[in-house]
Amino acid sequence: MELPQLEHVRLRRCDSAASVPQFCNSPTMIVMVGLPARGKTYISKKLTRYLNWIGVPTKMFNVGQYRREAVKIYKNFEFFKPDNEEAMRIRKACAAAALKDVTAYFTKEQGQVAVFDATNTTRERRAIIISFAKEKGYKVFFVESICDDPEIIAENIRQVKFGSPDYVDRDIDEAMEDFIQRIDCYRASYMPIDDERDRKLSYIKIFDVGNRYLVNQVQDHIQSRIVYYLMNIHVTPRSIYLSRHGESELNLLGRIGGDSGLSPRGQKYANALATFIKGQNIRDLKVWTSHMKRTIQTAEALGVQYEQWKALNEIDAGVCEEMTYEEIQENYPEEFALRDQDKYRYRYPKGESYEDLVHRLEPVIMELERQENVLVICHQAIMRCLLAYFLDKPADELPYLRCPLHTVLKLTPIAYGCKVESFFLNIEAVNTHRERPVNVDINRNPEEALQTVPDHI
Amino acid sequence: MTNCPTLIVTVGLPARGKTYISKKLTRYLNWIGVPTKEFNVGQYRRECLKIYKSFEFFRPDNEEGLKIRRQCAMAALNDVRQYLSVEGGQVAVFDATNTTRERRGTIIKFAEQNGFKVFFVESVCEDPDVIAQNIVQVKLGSPDYIHCNTEEAIEDFMKRIKCYESSYQPLDEVLDRDLSYIKIMDVGRRYLVNRVLDHIQSRIVYYLMNIHITPRSIYLCRHGESDLNIKGRIGGDSGLSARGTEFAKSLRKFIQDQNIKDLKVWTSQMKRTIQTAECLGVPYEQWKSLNEIDAGVCEEMMYEEIQEHYPLEFALRDQDKYRYRYPKGESYEDLVQRLEPVIMELERQENILVVCHQAVMRCLLAYFLDKTADELPYLKCPLHTVLKLTPMAYGCKVESVYLGVDAVNTHRDRPEVRTLCLPHYIISLTRHFLLTAQRM
Repeated sequence: MELPQLEHVRLRRCDSAASVPQFCNSPTMIVMVGLPARGKTYISKKLTRYLNWIGVPTKMFNVGQYRREAVKIYKNFEFFKPDNEEAMRIRKACAAAALKDVTAYFTKEQGQVAVFDATNTTRERRAIIISFAKEKGYKVFFVESICDDPEIIAENIRQVKFGSPDYVDRDIDEAMEDFIQRIDCYRASYMPIDDERDRKLSYIKIFDVGNRYLVNQVQDHIQSRIVYYLMNIHVTPRSIYLSRHGESELNLLGRIGGDSGLSPRGQKYANALATFIKGQNIRDLKVWTSHMKRTIQTAEALGVQYEQWKALNEIDAGVCEEMTYEEIQENYPEEFALRDQDKYRYRYPKGESYEDLVHRLEPVIMELERQENVLVICHQAIMRCLLAYFLDKPADELPYLRCPLHTVLKLTPIAYGCKVESFFLNIEAVNTHRERPVNVDINRNPEEALQTVPDHI
Repeated sequence: MTNCPTLIVTVGLPARGKTYISKKLTRYLNWIGVPTKEFNVGQYRRECLKIYKSFEFFRPDNEEGLKIRRQCAMAALNDVRQYLSVEGGQVAVFDATNTTRERRGTIIKFAEQNGFKVFFVESVCEDPDVIAQNIVQVKLGSPDYIHCNTEEAIEDFMKRIKCYESSYQPLDEVLDRDLSYIKIMDVGRRYLVNRVLDHIQSRIVYYLMNIHITPRSIYLCRHGESDLNIKGRIGGDSGLSARGTEFAKSLRKFIQDQNIKDLKVWTSQMKRTIQTAECLGVPYEQWKSLNEIDAGVCEEMMYEEIQEHYPLEFALRDQDKYRYRYPKGESYEDLVQRLEPVIMELERQENILVVCHQAVMRCLLAYFLDKTADELPYLKCPLHTVLKLTPMAYGCKVESVYLGVDAVNTHRDRPEVRTLCLPHYIISLTRHFLLTAQRM
């Protein structure tokens, strides 16, 4: 018996602070299953975003995309008719091409998880994938979405199908009618995962957008985390408001970290925030802060109940706590340069890195997913991490996301992503954003290092 | 985290692991800070009946037996109400068979009347090997069978199970679609989860889906003695002393002699645990979460220096060592929160060696041995000693192995209480003033 190719197996000491223990064994294929308009792509994209954020390199492979590239112009649902042999050939070829790219992702790009997003509604198609994975030594985890609620399906079609390249030139009624017939093409040959015959497979079945789940044979840590995540997300419309604390005393002095109170302008912001929130007329708003004075003082002005999370505390700058950038340059020039070289992974001596932050924010994200309307009053580095999660920003952009003081970001999940509205509440504040300087060499001179430091007292 | 109290209700035939799950869940929830208590109806029955004669008590046509069992369930529910509504409990685990829809209906009504949320945990299993193993592990030692020999006990217990079988109505996907529950099938091979309502139920489901009963052992030990240990200083990130290195070598030999299948090794990201693991010559994984408690302004100080420079802090710590947070540092309570993902992964794993630190090891040990927050910070975790924990029946067997290499003692007992009789706000103000003064 031929042993599977094990080029991806690495037994190494794993020094990262990533949220998932680096087991470094088999890559995993997550395989979606379900009729069209059951949320497979929504789940695929969200899951991919989450896994990448917690540090597991993940990529999504949408077979529909491959089909659009192969076929160029979508005429109508007839393409999907089960007796359309020509189309069947093309569709099979697209699936095979996607699987080939999955292999390339795992072997050449160090990927850990691939999300194979397609209907995969027949046992035959799933068997091909299973045998492909077995041959290569990949684990397989199926995610099946089952839903027969006509309203949910209609809403789904409205939100994501109308905007699809397939329906660019159609009006809404044509598109709706065509899509419904498309779904019918799959229905006859749809064989859901069978609890008896497929009892050896690893899978989760999601019923009615999360009302009920069936979980079978979870094999390992990453599958367990995926199941936990899928069981916590929902599609109920809601908004997440992110804001920093009002300007603090240390902000004015250009000092990082610490636990100071609000400046007079910071207090004004807190009051403005209260007015803004009232004006938004939000149903059942939850308010979260960190354990630090400046966020608590900001929340106090709102006059509503709030919950304090230690996990929302600002990044710990260790030996650099309460220093100005000038002082850091003077006392720790090498550290300062190293930070500019890799701001995401750099850990302050006796402090934390952005990577550490992501790890400690994971339970916050999980709970944000469970919640509905929430206002999070936090800090610059924290807000960057949370924003990166919602807006799918990679690790190298995360530490440079702009999160100015006195500005509320309103995030509203829509279609496959997140709508962002930015509200500056018109109270002046210092700028605390430091761009990456041009010279990040440890031998640079102080002027080069301090080139991008914002003004302060 | 939670507003309404939650009533967790187990469902299942005898010997399906309900009490095992109840006890484990209760231990976990208490450890993460959710006050939880279990109510085992069988206990109430034993108190009522005093002497268990035979399975005949459980026959569905035994009217006298049924009356007593119903009374016991009521008595237990009364105590649940007391715990959740009066004593400040957050979660009550109602551990009984609850195999009929009627009994569950009674419980649901009770919960509605009292404003409790209900979450059912049903365990379904038909594997005769698992059931037999269950009976051997926990039934034979039960007070019910103290005077029976093994064969008698097994025979009686099997007949007892039969008494429930005919009237067993499992949670039904259709009839019970409005209830919140998890159905655990075949000891975790498959789960059906319905209508999870809130955060705590979501955490409970996640926990239940990560535990297993495959036999294995967890080895806990601290790093070898470090240079700062010898100097009597806390925290820091120093390397191993000569004796510490010797310990690492002895640890290697000990592990090899244990002949453990597929042992995983975890360390923190601090030098002293990494250096210890390096000697083992096997791959190991570093977790930042396993780093020692951050002593903030007191890092690398000796206790005498802390007493000299921060006498108020020192006293406050002794008053409530679990909740006390070093200025700019952490508390044991914070530690527990950051160790929760470690515990979750430990539950998933099989044989594993965790090389960590004193405060961290105390937290982990408290989880496995069900120690209270009050006891936790004073658990003895000496250097150069390996604790081997093997889950057994409803608890954990502990074997302590001192590897024969001398080391300093770093354990500081709870001193005689010198209560600070000052109002809380005075203590806060004084603390703030002293710490600000320190910084200047």
